[in-house]
Formats: sequence, C-alpha cells, structure tokens
Amino acid sequence: MALPAHASPGEKVWHYTYLVICGFIFLFLIAPIIIIIPLSFNVEPYFTFTSKMMAFDPEGYSLRWYDKILTFGMANPDVPRDSAWWDDVWQNATWFHAMKNSAIIGVASTVLATSLGTLAALGLSRPEMPFRRAIMGLLISPMIVPLIITATGLFFFYSATGLAHSYAGIILAHAMLGIPFVIITVTATLVGFDHSLTRAAASLGAPPMTTFRKVILPLILPGVISGALFAFVTSFDEIVVVLFVASYDQQTIPLQMWNGIREQISPTILAVATILVIFSITLLTAIELLRRRSERLRGVSAA
Amino acid sequence: MKTTTMLASAAIVASLSATAFTVNAGEITVMSWGGAYTKSQVEAYYKPWMAATGHKLKSVDAPNPAAPIKAQVTAKNVSIDVADVEYSDAVRYCDEGLLETIDAKQLPAAPDGTSAEDDFIEGALTDCAVANIVWSTIFAYDASKISGAKPTTMADFFDTKKFPGKRGLRKGAKANLEMALMADGVPAGEVYKVLGTSDGVKRAFAKMAQIKSDIVWWEAGAQAPQLLADGEVLMTTAYNGRIFNAAVDENKPFVIVWDGQILDFDLYVIPKGAPNKELALEFIKYATDTQRLADQAKYIAYGPARKSSAPLIGLFMDGKTKMGPHMPTAPANMKNALVNNFEFWADRDSELNERFNAWITAN
Amino acid sequence: MTVSAADSIDPGVPLVTPDGRPLKLALAQATRRARIRAFALVVPLLLFVLVTFAFPIGQMLYLSIHNPVFSDHMPRLTAYLTEHPDVQVPGEEGFAALALDLADAKKNRTAGRIGTRVNYERPGSNSLFKSSARKAAKFKGPPYKEKLLEIRSDWGEPHLWNVMRRASAQHTLDFYAAALDLTHDENGDLSQVSPERRIYVRLFWRTLFLSAVIAFLCLLLGYPVAHLLATLPLRYSNLLMILVLLPFWTSLLVRTTSWIALMQSQGVINDILVTLGIVGDDGRVQMMYNQFGTIIAMTHILLPFMILPLYSVMKTIPPSYVRAARSLGATPLTAFIKVYFPQTTPGIGAGILLVFILAIGYYITPALVGGSSGQLISNQIAFHMQKSLNWSLAAALGAILLFMVILLYWVYDRLVGVDKMKLG
Repeated sequence: MALPAHASPGEKVWHYTYLVICGFIFLFLIAPIIIIIPLSFNVEPYFTFTSKMMAFDPEGYSLRWYDKILTFGMANPDVPRDSAWWDDVWQNATWFHAMKNSAIIGVASTVLATSLGTLAALGLSRPEMPFRRAIMGLLISPMIVPLIITATGLFFFYSATGLAHSYAGIILAHAMLGIPFVIITVTATLVGFDHSLTRAAASLGAPPMTTFRKVILPLILPGVISGALFAFVTSFDEIVVVLFVASYDQQTIPLQMWNGIREQISPTILAVATILVIFSITLLTAIELLRRRSERLRGVSAA
Repeated sequence: MKTTTMLASAAIVASLSATAFTVNAGEITVMSWGGAYTKSQVEAYYKPWMAATGHKLKSVDAPNPAAPIKAQVTAKNVSIDVADVEYSDAVRYCDEGLLETIDAKQLPAAPDGTSAEDDFIEGALTDCAVANIVWSTIFAYDASKISGAKPTTMADFFDTKKFPGKRGLRKGAKANLEMALMADGVPAGEVYKVLGTSDGVKRAFAKMAQIKSDIVWWEAGAQAPQLLADGEVLMTTAYNGRIFNAAVDENKPFVIVWDGQILDFDLYVIPKGAPNKELALEFIKYATDTQRLADQAKYIAYGPARKSSAPLIGLFMDGKTKMGPHMPTAPANMKNALVNNFEFWADRDSELNERFNAWITAN
Repeated sequence: MTVSAADSIDPGVPLVTPDGRPLKLALAQATRRARIRAFALVVPLLLFVLVTFAFPIGQMLYLSIHNPVFSDHMPRLTAYLTEHPDVQVPGEEGFAALALDLADAKKNRTAGRIGTRVNYERPGSNSLFKSSARKAAKFKGPPYKEKLLEIRSDWGEPHLWNVMRRASAQHTLDFYAAALDLTHDENGDLSQVSPERRIYVRLFWRTLFLSAVIAFLCLLLGYPVAHLLATLPLRYSNLLMILVLLPFWTSLLVRTTSWIALMQSQGVINDILVTLGIVGDDGRVQMMYNQFGTIIAMTHILLPFMILPLYSVMKTIPPSYVRAARSLGATPLTAFIKVYFPQTTPGIGAGILLVFILAIGYYITPALVGGSSGQLISNQIAFHMQKSLNWSLAAALGAILLFMVILLYWVYDRLVGVDKMKLG
C-alpha cells in the first residue's frame, strides 16, 4: 500500500500512524510467543528477566530447564550420562513419555482422519452429491462444537464401551476432531478440479483406482498433506478430551503442560514451549512450501 | 499396546470394546491423586507389594479418582480395581452401592495382636473403605516474607490488616467455610452446629467476604506451595503433606500453622464390579498393614490410620528429619483441630457449593 | 448418440438410447448411480462421525432429561405417586410404599443414591434417606406413617413430597430448570432460587458478553492488520502473514503459558512497570486470575481467526473502487466508509461469528488465567462433571451451550456457508 505522491500532509500523518498501529498489533501477536524463548534460558526459576539476563551476562543464562526436560521423572538422573542413562530418559522421563504418546496418538489419528476425510471430500465435491450442505454441516461441526461438550459426551460413551483410558479411544476422538480440517483443505483444492480429467482417464481405460492414483491424487496431494498437518496439529494440541477420557498412560504433551502450569510451574514449561514454537515454525514452513507448490500445479501464479 | 494393534483397533469401531482392555490375571489397576502423594504410595505400597507377591500393579492418576469410579460403575464397565478416595466420597459411594463391601475382620491384626477393628483410628474403617492416611488442611506462610510477629491462629489468616497480602484458598466450599467460622471465633467443636444454620452459613460467607478481594484460588494440591513459592500469596491453605515436602525436601522457608486444622482421611475402596476383586482386596490388606502405613510417612507427612503404626514412624527419606512432630495427629498439632464431618457434607455439598460458586464468580 | 437435433423436435417419438431405453430413464439412472457413488465415498466418514461424535453427544443430551434413579430404586412409591397424582402428603398406603422401598434400598445399598437425587432439590435429604432407610429395614410392620414420622418429622413435609413426586418421573426438565437458576418452591411452582445461589444465568450472560467483547476486540485489532496484508505487495505481505500464522500454529497451552509469564504479578510486564517506576514493588498490577486476563489471552489466541477471513475478503476488493471514489472527490474517510467498508462486511460477519462461536466454548484458557471472575460456563460444566458429579446438570448446561452454538453455526452457514470456510 504505497502512499501516492499527491497525498496531503494529513494523509501522510494518518498513513504512518496507521503503520505504527499495525506494528503494535503485530507485536501483540508475536511478542508473547517470542518472549518465552529467552526466558527459557533463565538460570533462575522465575518467569521473568533477571538483571543478569538484561545485562547479557552469560551467567544469567543456562540450559538447566532443557536438562530438566530430560531428567524429570527419571529413575536415576544422577548417574554418569552413558547409554544406560539415555535409556532411562527414553523409558522413564515424564516429558519423553508424553512426547511418545503425542506422537503415537497424533500420527494414528492423522492417518485415520486423512484417509476417511479425503475419501469423503472426493464425494462431497462431486456435483451429484445429495444432501451436500447438511452432510457438510455435520462433518464440519466437530470443529465448532465446544470441546467441553464433545469431551463430556465421549466421557459417558467411552465409560460405557470400555474405550476410556485407552489409546484407541483417544485416537478415535482426535481423528474425529481433525476431520473438519481435512475436509476443508481437500475440498478447497478440489474446487477448481476439472472433472473431465477423470472422465478422460476412464475413457482411456483406466480403472477407478488407477485414475485416483495417477490423476486425482497428484492434483489434490498438497491439500491432503496440509489437511493432514492440520489434523496432526489438532491432535497434538488437544487437551480437553485427553483430560476427560485419558489416564496417565496416555498423557500427552499438552496434558503434561496443563499439569505443569497448575502444579509445579517452572521454566521447564517454557523450555518445552520453546521447543514447540520451533516445531510450529517448521510445520508452518512446510505448509507454506506446499501452498506454493499447489499454486504452481494449478497454474495460479503467485505474483 | 503395540502401535500396530492400536491402528488396527482404531480402524474398526465395532471391535474396539473387545480390544481396549485385556486384563491379565495377576495385575491390578490402582488409581490415586498424582504428584508427591502417588509417589509416596508407589514407594511404600506398590513396589513392595509387587516384589512380595509377584503380581503386577498398574498405577493411574486422576484429579479426583471418585469421578471415573462413578462413571465406570454406572456404565457397568469397570477397569479400576482399587482407588484412593476422600472420606465423604467413600461414604457416599458406599451408600450409593457403587463400591464393594470390605469386611474389616479380614484385615491383618497389629503386630501385638490387636485386631484391625481396634487398631485403626475411630472412623477409619467403613463398610466399604479402609483408610490409609490422615491428612489435614492447614494454612502456611512464607517465613522470609513476614517480618515481626508471625501468624499463629486461624483468625490471623483472615486478618489482612494485621498481615497485608494475598491469601490462597482452595476453590470449593469444603474446609473454607469451617475455617472462616473458626477465624470468626467459633470453637472447633461447634463449627458444624453453627454451619448447620442459615445464619451460620451467612456468617461464614461474611467472614470470607472480608478478604475476598485478596484471595487467589487454587485447585490442584500442588498449586498451594507453588503460590507461596512464587510470592503470589503471603499465606495459603494447603494440604499439610505438600507444604512439608516443599519445606523439607526443597528447603523452602514455609511454616505450617496447625491452629484450626481440618483432619480428613483418604481411603482405599474397591469399585463395584472391579475386574480383579480378590487381588484388589489382597493389595488393600497388604498396603494397610502396620508396617506399610508407617513406611508411607517416610515419603510424605500424612499420618497413618493405624495406631500401631505411629511408634514405627521414623525419619523422612532425607534421613534426618523426624516425622513424628510433622504428623497432623501429633498431640501438639491437635490442640484446636476439627475433624471433617462427612455426614454434613453429604447433605449440604451441592447446596453450599452452588452458593460458593455463585459467590466467587460474582464480581 | 443417435438422437439428432431433428428428432428432438418431433414430440411424438420418445428419445431412446442405442440399446433402446428411453433417454430420460437412462439419464435418471446415470444420475442416480453418480449420486450413489458420490454418497458411497462419504458414507465411511459419515458413519465414523455419527458414531464417535453425534451419538455420544446425543447420549449426553438424553442424560439431561433422563434420570431414572428414583423410579428404579423406589418402585413402589413411584407406582403409588403415579396412581395418586393429586395427593400431597399421603396416608398410610403411601407411607407403606415408602417404608418398604426404603427397606429395600437399605438392603441393596441404594439409599444414598436416592438421597443424592432428592438432595439436588432439597438440601438435607441425603442423611434423611440414609438414616430412615437404616431404621425402615428394621420395621416389623405397620403403622408405617407413624413410625417414619417418628424417625424424622421431615417426612410430613409437603415440600419433600413435591420433590419426590418430581424425582419419580424418569424424564424430567428439572435439570434444565436448575441450569437456569430455577427451582420448584414450597408450593411446587417454578421460581428463581434464592439470590445468593443464582449463578448459571449470570454465567451464560457473562460468557456471551465476554465472547462479544473478545470478538469486538479481535475485529478492532484484526481489521487494520488484514487491510495492510491485503494491500501490501505480495512480497511483504507473505512475510507479515507469517506473524499471523505462527500464533495460529502454536499450541494453545504455549500461548496461555506465555501470557502467564507476562501477566503474573512477578511476571515480565509487572517487572517492567516496577523498573520504570510506574508502580511500586508492593503495588504490582493484578492482570491475571480475573476477567482482564481471560479477555487479553483469548483475544490473542482467537485473533488469527478474525484476520484470516477478513484478509481473504479484502484480497478480492479491487483497489480501483476506492481510487475511483477519491477521484470523484470523496475524502479518504468517506471513500472508506461508503466504498471500502461495505465490501468487507462479509469478512467481518464471518470473522465475528467464528471468533464468537469459538470463544463461548472456551475452557482451558479461562481455567488457567481466569481466576474466579474470568470463568465461563464451560468451567461450570467441567465442575459438575469432575467435582460435584451432578452429571444431569452438567448435561443440561452443556445442552444449552450447544443450542447457542448450533444457532450461531446455522447463522454462519446462512451468511457465509460452511463450505466457504478457509484455513491458512
């Protein structure tokens, strides 16, 4: 939004005021996320900058909270750090336990959500689809219905079916919560989809499976992958359902953070948060690259 | 569970109920409250029991084990064999038929031959539950933050003029109303009588209202020492064991004020329809014997529910702190103590909590 | 196709396919097949969502109106009360049913369950049922009324009998009444509960009010940013977009944690204020554990949900419109109000609704930073689920919240269309 050359002084003042306001809003958006990164290196167990940190004194900084991620929950944290020590970390450290659970539950629910969701999106984007609006409304609703209500419903349902306190129960629930994102992203890539391509493939003798693999999938793949990433993040970030239906065995990273915030709030939480922020940046980059690829494939040029 | 089986079971909704739980013989699931408390039970009961019997024990935690028990028993799908619950819930669930009965005669006698029924503190055995510990709600302060006269009575806790600063209180009607009345001059013996009248309830709320703007509410037991440590509050109510562990284990300058402490039990129960009922009972018999109850005091400052355990209580796990004086049941700490009246709370729980919630959420 | 244009003009000859079927029929069949094929692709997911989502919620909703505790465990008294709909305090016959049921309740250890159910509406009933059941089990025979009244005179209270009569119904709307701060008074008429116990209506209003404030704040902050992003050259806007998307992709717990680090009384903001000498060390500002904390943290968390729909609408508005208005003599303000702003209203509607819908169901953030005055209705649902264990009330509160959400969702679908929802 360049300022035209003939702008009046008033307009100029307003223009720069406007930019400053936007700057502050961006600061509001990003500062709380960035601020925890230096705080996580605090040598003191406080949630604030010490005078040593402000003076950039190296003594004010340390990796002790990152170390604590490894040692918290270990059976013998104080022995020499050989392979047995690392084995202990892997087996017993609370955050590793949570990380393993988050990964298992995240991957399994993503696979489930993405496969079912992509299939359904293919059906939903066909012009012949009956009751399209109503079905779409239902399939998107897990994203809209407050999690506390979903979690309450699942609590009763799982108690009755024996799914409570099981991995299967949480995977199913997280898949259900991730599905709206898959549907939205995949149908979005299918919006400009030229259906004559599948007809052409069929008329050339390709069986439906081949058509799907060779024609449809390559075109919608960016949508599928970004849907899968959304589904993964949904599961990775979800806590209310876990809080209601999981037991210690299925403790995930968000749940461990929740416990940490409510119980022993220490900069360890900030260290974990920093790692998660870096993780988000990685995912965000992946999504951005996918979006560009998708635009290139569909011939939409980005400037 | 293996990843592959998980995926397979995730794919087929119908087969889930069959694969979700496969309980082997010789394994029980015990549910407790988490944190330092579960840790003390793991050390004092779980590990020795597994070593002694060869059975396996799965330890699970919940913010309040009573909630999943009710859900599972009501749904007739129980996966928990033993749970550690509060007194009022143990009594209430027993009356609601949600628990298996436990015959006190089956419990082991004290080493000197005293029968279990005589050995346990009065009230520690009910039709369905066996108490393991006596804990108490006390208030504590950070000694490094208070110069001059220190608080010594419940009235001091509610006096923000004498001791200006924030107060931490557990979010819930129970214990707070009793403490407010005691601070207002009601002797411990008459608290429940006064609280039984509508004027008494009004009086309790009025007392709390005096400090309302200075209250920070906590929910999980571990939050209270944390609030003190962070300097977010000057004094807080707390479970005595948590403050003890912060003070002795983490060297925090925390001091417990025993005046007006409210004693309560934690009890072991077996949910109705527990998959391994017999083994669960074996575990309870083992965990609540004289030695085990005394052992637990080594890891956290909660008193044993058996009289015969008291002389066996030794040092804290640091090897130097004598546990005896830190027990809520130590005579010096019992001078002005109140025992939680579960009957009162069974009757008035929903009414008073509703009123309490309305009160705290009002601006 | 063999059908030529000339044939189609002749109305007498029906159109047929090469194999001789009427074209209309063939087309209809083909369409139906296509419809079935499309539907078949959706079926697995539809079933999945029905089983894991719709059914559990439906089950929960049923729980809010279905509570058979009393009728299951007091069968005789329930039958008596159904047969005598007008009796207030019954005579010997009713008391006999009561005494026998109580004796059974003692035997089956269900007296507490019945007591808890009645206790929801009449405090003190729990011990009444338990102690009476204990003694009723020892009754040798009539007169039951006399004996029960002797145990506790409460049994002669019309109010208690009103409560029992209502509790004996398997299906009831009483939990909805409770969720709206209503109760049946001594005469059985619906009336408000005493002022110091009223909570849910106020919390519903507070939830709606805070959600509206948050949605408005999001609009206030999101509009200029979205406008900037939409009008900057793509090179810059892509870069700035990352600043919007990063919070969006960052864990909710992480963002809530950051706000705790910033806002607690020993936190970063207070430290800065103290260092700058704006407040004294003993005058630290309480920014957290109150409504303010909830509003700030939730606005931050939901802001991307406002910016993204606004951005996608603003992106489609050609800059030439505003330029045309300006060249026709409009002041910048007039051009904005009359030309630009009206075109962005779909984005505003979409963003406001989305933020509002998401905000009214929030639980985690208010629980962590809201203290007591920043609590929303979700926190009460969690309270009744996990602490008080009055699940029927939790379900009723949830149902009311769900109703509000569905209403808003429906409006959203009408105005924006769920299929138009965009992410990232």
